[in-house]
Amino acid sequence: MSMTATAGRAHADPHHIGLVVEHPGPASKRIVTAYGFWVFLLSDIVMFSCFFAAYAVLSGQTAGGPSGSEIFEQRNVAIETVCLLLSSFTCGMASIAADVRNRFWFYLGMTVTCVLGLIFLTIEFREFADLVARGYGPSRSAFLTSFFSLVGCHGLHVSAGVLWLLTMMAQVFAKGFRADVLRRMMCFALFWHALDIVWVGVFSVVYLLGSAV
Amino acid sequence: MLGKLDWSAIPFDQPIPLVAGAVVLVAILAVLIWVVVKGHLPYLWHEWITSVDHKRIGVMYILLASVMLLRGGSDAIMMRLQQAVAYQSQGYLPPEHYNQIFSAHGTIMIFFTAMPFVIGLMNLIVPLQLGVRDVAFPTLNSVGFWLTATGALLVNISLVVGEFARTGWLAFPPLSELSYSPGVGVDYYAWSLQISGVGTLVAGINLVTTVLKLRTKGMNYLRMPMFCWTTLASNLLIVAAFPILTATLAMLLLDRYLGFHFFTNEAGGNVMMFMNLIWAWGHPEVYILVLPAFGIFSEVVSTFSGKALFGYRSMVLATMAICVISFMVWLHHFFTMGAGPDVNAIFGIASMIIAIPTGVKIYNWLFTMYGGRIRFATPMLWAVGFMVTFIIGGLTGVLVAVPPADFMLHNSMFLVAHFHNVIIGGVLFGAFAGFEYWFPKAFGFRLDERWGKAAFWFTFLGFYVTFIPLYVAGMLGMTRRMQHYDVAAWRPWMFVAAAGMAVLSIGVICQIVQLVVSIRNREALRDRTGDPWDGRSLEWATSSPPPVFNFAFHPDVRGEDAYWDMKAAAQQQSLDHAAPEYHDIEMPRNSPTGFICAFFATIMGFALIWHIWWMVILGGIGAFATFVVFAWRDHDEYVIPAAEVAAIDRINLEERRSLVSMAGAL
Repeated sequence: MSMTATAGRAHADPHHIGLVVEHPGPASKRIVTAYGFWVFLLSDIVMFSCFFAAYAVLSGQTAGGPSGSEIFEQRNVAIETVCLLLSSFTCGMASIAADVRNRFWFYLGMTVTCVLGLIFLTIEFREFADLVARGYGPSRSAFLTSFFSLVGCHGLHVSAGVLWLLTMMAQVFAKGFRADVLRRMMCFALFWHALDIVWVGVFSVVYLLGSAV
Repeated sequence: MLGKLDWSAIPFDQPIPLVAGAVVLVAILAVLIWVVVKGHLPYLWHEWITSVDHKRIGVMYILLASVMLLRGGSDAIMMRLQQAVAYQSQGYLPPEHYNQIFSAHGTIMIFFTAMPFVIGLMNLIVPLQLGVRDVAFPTLNSVGFWLTATGALLVNISLVVGEFARTGWLAFPPLSELSYSPGVGVDYYAWSLQISGVGTLVAGINLVTTVLKLRTKGMNYLRMPMFCWTTLASNLLIVAAFPILTATLAMLLLDRYLGFHFFTNEAGGNVMMFMNLIWAWGHPEVYILVLPAFGIFSEVVSTFSGKALFGYRSMVLATMAICVISFMVWLHHFFTMGAGPDVNAIFGIASMIIAIPTGVKIYNWLFTMYGGRIRFATPMLWAVGFMVTFIIGGLTGVLVAVPPADFMLHNSMFLVAHFHNVIIGGVLFGAFAGFEYWFPKAFGFRLDERWGKAAFWFTFLGFYVTFIPLYVAGMLGMTRRMQHYDVAAWRPWMFVAAAGMAVLSIGVICQIVQLVVSIRNREALRDRTGDPWDGRSLEWATSSPPPVFNFAFHPDVRGEDAYWDMKAAAQQQSLDHAAPEYHDIEMPRNSPTGFICAFFATIMGFALIWHIWWMVILGGIGAFATFVVFAWRDHDEYVIPAAEVAAIDRINLEERRSLVSMAGAL
């Protein structure tokens, strides 16, 4: 066997550049799950980037309708942003509570996260409803089309996140902190934080740049 | 109640789709009845439909691809016949039907033939080559397959209920917008691609994670077989590119369903944005398809030359270079659409640069063959046929990458000939090579060589007779997608192409006969050792077909060509080490999640196409419920006891020992 080992090693590193570090073997389930979910999040961000690109291309095409500075309300956006950033923090608290298997703090963290998410969604929904009521719906101009799509896509993600959050709480309630439940909790936390990062992009590109024009 | 759906959706006045649809329906019903009467339903349900075994899922992907190849192929035959007869006449296909046929042909061949074929082969082989027991996410893998099948089903439903898109396979706006395509055709197109696109993305995430995180002990990156490297590159492209397709089609659908203005002519919509977005997906897509084929050829050429792959590291580098550069050339698909000379020049040069790593690959394969002991078995014939054909296709590709030349050739039959040249010569030949090469691994018996070789020669020659005339017609100024024409000079070439199509069809028939003959003679063709081709990588280190757990032990890899080294070592040491100690193996439990998910996706897709809103909501609730139920399960794994593992493994070890001792005696 030692002969093969040397032969194999020589073959893998014919020029003796350095010592070959042997791959230790398949990774654990926890690592595989989190890694796969990271890859999914990257793909999701690629999708968002298409909507960002569409917004960048179309943001000037108001077709006689309103421009961003005429319809954006800084105060609402500020509240939305604070809600989401805070919810990221509480979601982190819930994750820590799950890791130390503390049910009380887990439920509390998740509940606060959920409430903050719902406040965010309510404000966004009212903003959309108000715009549509004033005749500035997505079919008014290409600018509004891209605005509604980009912000709405993020909103849909948050809504899906809230559904997932409630499912996670139900799972912990019914199954406890089982290994597979904890893996899912880790994925949920990654998802929620990723939405936060996307929101930072939305806030900067849409609301900050848009209000300045 | 039923949205836009009523009896006018059934094309009673058009005999061709109606008869074709009826035949397919009868065939499906007959198969179903046969399955039920023979009592195979429980077997199918437990062993295949709910299976989360990557090998089974791979086989189902390839089966789906083969069926859809026949569907797309019939479309091709109809088009060749139409163009052969439609000189100064309407031919036998009315324009609106002909437009649906070329759109369906492209959509089906790319999304439901080529994609499932390569994803199926990757699923089947990559975990075996990496020396592991399954992919990273077995249940998601099943979901991915069934969603792909849903997309294929929806495309085929459009044959008899409603219509398919008449816009070409990429549905360019403004033609695909509601004002110019008010029917359900574009909706069929977009929703089937959205649904199958999710399936593809899932497969991509799964395989990327599998290659990066699940490798057996000692399987360092630079010891992975070439096919694993190309799988990695191809799936990285899926993860990066398919979300672009999803976003683009979502925008088109928003335009059509809710009156948005992404790509409309009114209110500031921008059609060129569609071109850029769709090709930012579309160009990587061709590499998603062809990179796995390159991997297959690398495996085949090295095995049948009896040599390690020449320039392994340069091959890895070339693969990853293609992976990156493929994202920088998308604009060459629309040089003529006003980007200006500077931009065109940059993208033209980038397109020529990507030919360099491809050239590196061709030379590596040639040098692998040089000085080797070459066996011209069927997979090797496909590989050599590929090299010749792909070089021609690549060279015409470099031609159209020159912007001034492209202004002459854009949207001509020359272009049609070019991309068939690379996709048939590259992807399809690769898929067939992989099919012939790995069939014994999947089913435990080899395919009949005589029929296989006949299939190769008919397909190979048929390809040239069909597509070289299209190059000529393109040079003579013939544009693509013509339902009829008045130029006499094109006609002879259309005749030759139609004749070539007949030769190609004989090739396909040979392949079917090969399958039938091989199944009938399977006892004579049985592969008992699991290593019928004297292979080099780990998939040959287990029995054919492999046990559900693939390997009783995770193999310990010491270099490239892991199994070749093991065999060499075994010959020196006669393989009789002490009886190994077996352990229990945990495997994922079967799950109907994928099938049920696809069931609801089909309902939802169909309802969305026909604007049946209550059914959409029903489907959505069903899909969410499926996920919750799946998440609620308590036992997702079962244990195969060590004694059973031992019993299965010993049989294979015996066969293998006798093989090695025979080889030693020689």
